Amino acid sequence: MEFIAQHPVLVASLVKIVVLLVILMTILAYLSWFERKIIAHIQSRWGPYYVGAHGLLQPLADGIKFLFKEDLTPPASDKLLYILAPFLALTLAMTTLALIPFGPATVSIFGHQTHLVVANVDIGLLFLFAITSLGVYGVALAGWSSNSKYSLLGGLRSSAQMISYEVSLTLSVVGVLLLAGTFNFNELVTSQQGYYFHFIPRWRIGPQFIGFLCYFTAAIAETNRAPFDLPEGEQELVGGFHTEYSSFKFAMFFMAEYANMVTVSCLATILFLGGWLSPFPERWTFMQYLPAVSLLALAVYLAYDTAVNMRGIARFQLAVVTVLAGGLGFLCLLPGVMPVIQGPFWFTFKMGLLLFFYVWTRSTLPRLRYDQLMSFGWKLLLPVSLLNLVMTALYVIFPLLVKRG
Amino acid sequence: MSLPFILFFVFAFFAVVGAILLIVAREPIHSALALIMVMVALAALYLLLGAEFVAAVQIIVYAGAIMVLFVFVIMLLNAGVEERTNWSKLAKYAGLPLGVFLLFELTHWIARSAVGKSIANGSEATNAAVSTRALSEMLFRKYLFPFEATSILILIAILGALVLAKRDE
Repeated sequence: MEFIAQHPVLVASLVKIVVLLVILMTILAYLSWFERKIIAHIQSRWGPYYVGAHGLLQPLADGIKFLFKEDLTPPASDKLLYILAPFLALTLAMTTLALIPFGPATVSIFGHQTHLVVANVDIGLLFLFAITSLGVYGVALAGWSSNSKYSLLGGLRSSAQMISYEVSLTLSVVGVLLLAGTFNFNELVTSQQGYYFHFIPRWRIGPQFIGFLCYFTAAIAETNRAPFDLPEGEQELVGGFHTEYSSFKFAMFFMAEYANMVTVSCLATILFLGGWLSPFPERWTFMQYLPAVSLLALAVYLAYDTAVNMRGIARFQLAVVTVLAGGLGFLCLLPGVMPVIQGPFWFTFKMGLLLFFYVWTRSTLPRLRYDQLMSFGWKLLLPVSLLNLVMTALYVIFPLLVKRG
Repeated sequence: MSLPFILFFVFAFFAVVGAILLIVAREPIHSALALIMVMVALAALYLLLGAEFVAAVQIIVYAGAIMVLFVFVIMLLNAGVEERTNWSKLAKYAGLPLGVFLLFELTHWIARSAVGKSIANGSEATNAAVSTRALSEMLFRKYLFPFEATSILILIAILGALVLAKRDE
């Protein structure tokens, strides 16, 4: 007890980690529902439909299925690495989220001043890149340890792809760093405050639009998502690096992929889209009600849907969701909660937009060929992001040179 | 016991175990992984010393880039399990005692040196945090010439590797 009393930071961090983990797990589970539903609707299908109203209980059913399936380990595999690989992939993918600030530097919750981030590290961005650069091992080791040709080829492809696109990913971010002059996530966001002509937000996506395009393209390749999902190209490689994995180990790779998507979207939000900053000028104080109003509007729509379209048990399930959305909406109206919720609301909104973009590309574009992928990465994306870096450096250095004469 | 003190021993333990595994392991890929473990543990030790930038760069460059290439090559060539040889007599009777002697000698002199004493006395002299900004000012102001000279050296090495690889065509 004395040890805990001496280190109050440890307790606060532990509480934050637990809260973040619960929220993250829910988001990861429902991201699969979100993705399947949107792809289905884009392709004129229904998507998950039977488990729960609108298939809302599908993630739960999937989770139970993963848990109760037989956990096969190929007899000729390297047992230690075979088990280590999914743990490595998932742990590294989730660790990065500890660095992401979801709201302003100081907010008061129950009269307690705190940060909406688990660890406010001075070199946040570098630290994040350090952790994500280790992520390739999970995939490479999974491919190697399964002792299967498909897995090995998938793992090799994936490590080559990740090394190639990591260069462009990092270079496209340096432009933002040059303009902001810091590695700290909080400062990176606060440096984007202010408005052009009093109403257009001064986000980095304006001056760094090319950087944003390069970053997001490289990020899609880095997270092995369509149209760059060659490591698991079903037609050639069965399932890629996770061909031999079953049961919950497979689910862990699945979750790691979604966690990486979330991280990459969070990073794009912080670097280019102004993080938790609201897109509306501060003098529009009525915009404070937007989180509450949007949740209540959702509740009204859901109530209509429950009453008109649902029958039997689905009606009960959707009614529960309606009450949840409405309750959250009223909670956002409380004077203690309203200022705290602004940052996380806008952050989640921007992140959700980017995640939608991810799913949109997946349902629209065909997969690239492997040589196309490599030549695109090295011969187009890398030069463009380098050019962007050089232009930004010149823009930053030019005023200094003029001043010196 | 303070928290950094405990953390130091945890990561030092990981670094030493990793180093031993690196030598003992027979699968090349296990050796490579053990080396990554050493590097990550070292990075954590750098963090404890307040050298954040060096810690991050240690992981990004060594564990994240160079070792990925190692693992990649091992996987690509499908390197087999290492064969064990019997120890040569020279290694058994001269090498092993000499190695142990060297270890004790090094420990002894480091413990008696000024750096060792300051650490043992718990003085904060070695724990001065170096901010990334201060580090970059040093690199790009005071030591600009050596820094640029090193980068040109590395560029020449890359060009040399390319020339050697392209010779056949």
